[in-house]
Amino acid sequence: MKPSNLPAGAGVGFKPQHFGAITAEPQPLAFFEVHAENYMGAGGLPHAQLARLRQDYALSIHGVGLSIGADQVLDGAHLARLKALCDRYQPESFSEHLAWSSHGDVFLNDLLPLPYTEATLARVIEHVDRVQTTLGRAMLLENPATYLLFAESTIPETEFLADVVRRTGCGLLLDVNNVFVAATNHHRSAEDYLAAFPLDRVGEIHLAGHEADTDEIGAPLLIDAHSTPVPDPVWALYASVIARIGPVASLVEWDNDVPDWPVLRREAEAAGRVLAASAKRVAA
Amino acid sequence: MQPFLAVPDRQSGFAAAVMQVAGPLPDGLTAWHGQPPEARFSVYRNNVQAGLARALASRFPAGERIVGPDFFAAMARTYVELHPPRSPVLLGYGDDFPDFVAAFEPAASVPYLADVLRIEVARSRAYHAADLPPLDPAELADIPPEAVGALRFRLHPTVHLVRSPHPVVTIWTMNAEGGEPGPIDDWLGEDALVVRPHLAVAVHRLPSGGAAFIAALGDGATLAEAAEAGAVASDHFDLAANLTGALSSGVFSRIAEGRFP
Repeated sequence: MKPSNLPAGAGVGFKPQHFGAITAEPQPLAFFEVHAENYMGAGGLPHAQLARLRQDYALSIHGVGLSIGADQVLDGAHLARLKALCDRYQPESFSEHLAWSSHGDVFLNDLLPLPYTEATLARVIEHVDRVQTTLGRAMLLENPATYLLFAESTIPETEFLADVVRRTGCGLLLDVNNVFVAATNHHRSAEDYLAAFPLDRVGEIHLAGHEADTDEIGAPLLIDAHSTPVPDPVWALYASVIARIGPVASLVEWDNDVPDWPVLRREAEAAGRVLAASAKRVAA
Repeated sequence: MQPFLAVPDRQSGFAAAVMQVAGPLPDGLTAWHGQPPEARFSVYRNNVQAGLARALASRFPAGERIVGPDFFAAMARTYVELHPPRSPVLLGYGDDFPDFVAAFEPAASVPYLADVLRIEVARSRAYHAADLPPLDPAELADIPPEAVGALRFRLHPTVHLVRSPHPVVTIWTMNAEGGEPGPIDDWLGEDALVVRPHLAVAVHRLPSGGAAFIAALGDGATLAEAAEAGAVASDHFDLAANLTGALSSGVFSRIAEGRFP
């Protein structure tokens, strides 16, 4: 199973307020991505818009509520909703996060971190297996932006992800902003992280902006806010990844303080230029 | 040294602490520098609590405009703490927020707020409801007059009624996007009809007795029975005006019975 069939071009996270501008003319974009949970109503404008976009562009469905990292059984009703959505729109890719967001039946609406141990690894593998079996397709698992660490963790995140990939056959969604945010927050090298990351299994890349804060001792604390343009260090990491693995589907996420369409489109076009330059080198 | 926490305890403790505004951190959380990660854990607390309050603000924009963003956020955070979402699909989160607000003491000075929020719940439910074409009024044209009273209708799945002792449609309109708040001269109760026959959600101010009329039809009454319910609700009930209004706004999906007498 190929983990993703997204074209190796640039895309953006779709925002309904951009629908008019997007459909007014052909866009220089390869795909759009939507958050699965926003399309779990029965009908109405969201589905009308998504069906229209689907006609003209490749589609990535990105879940934010499945809670794959939770230490409890996956929510079967939610998995069924995801299957119905994937069956309806036949996206080129389905992705979710290495994180948890539900506890009991309470949904906490955030991508919460998990310790990396043999026990959590076994659980995540079991969950990814069940997702892939239920959906009848391979999924991409995204590396998280994290703010703190767990004393009980024994496995580096890159190794944890590599084990999940090896045991389930899933692909990876490499969020370069998350790499930068987490590396900064944990006083580590983003380059080292990428050197250890299973880059050959990356089916999509996420690009986004973050906000800078500090913790109580003055150490940098970056917040994965998706509220700004992609900053230069994230572009640099992105370019280094593309230089190593060649063109891969690359998405700009901008979820808060969303700008007008031309601003977001320019961000995606910047990613497209990096991809085009790499494609030329590959061809040469 | 205590043994490392089992994972179930880990996530239970994390989940409980992350829903609290303050309080001790779960054991075993660290940062690279070894200091307690209070500020770091606060990022998650803020993401969860403020994030859910923001989800409510985006579902209830008129309510937020009426009480202001600060009051709304405080009220929403109280609700979030007492009624956290029970589904990863947030489209329906806050269906019972109006009931919570109706009993929320600090909002008692805004007695119409809960009914405005009920219109907003109805609007978002209609927005996401199943698509179905509305009844074409022409279907009534060839029904003999003596058979009309026995007709029953199926309501469109997007129909919601909000009945209020306050001028709730006027207030909602003033505080909805593009609206302008202003004085209200005659403080009279209004009933709202929320319906989405096609892609756009509409909020209509129902004529006198109209809500009782539509509610009766929704309960399976015949047109004649529903007209009586409208007349009982209001001395000024006008059947022709109410039926015409219901048909033109897309209240019905089809004639359920009595089509061929």
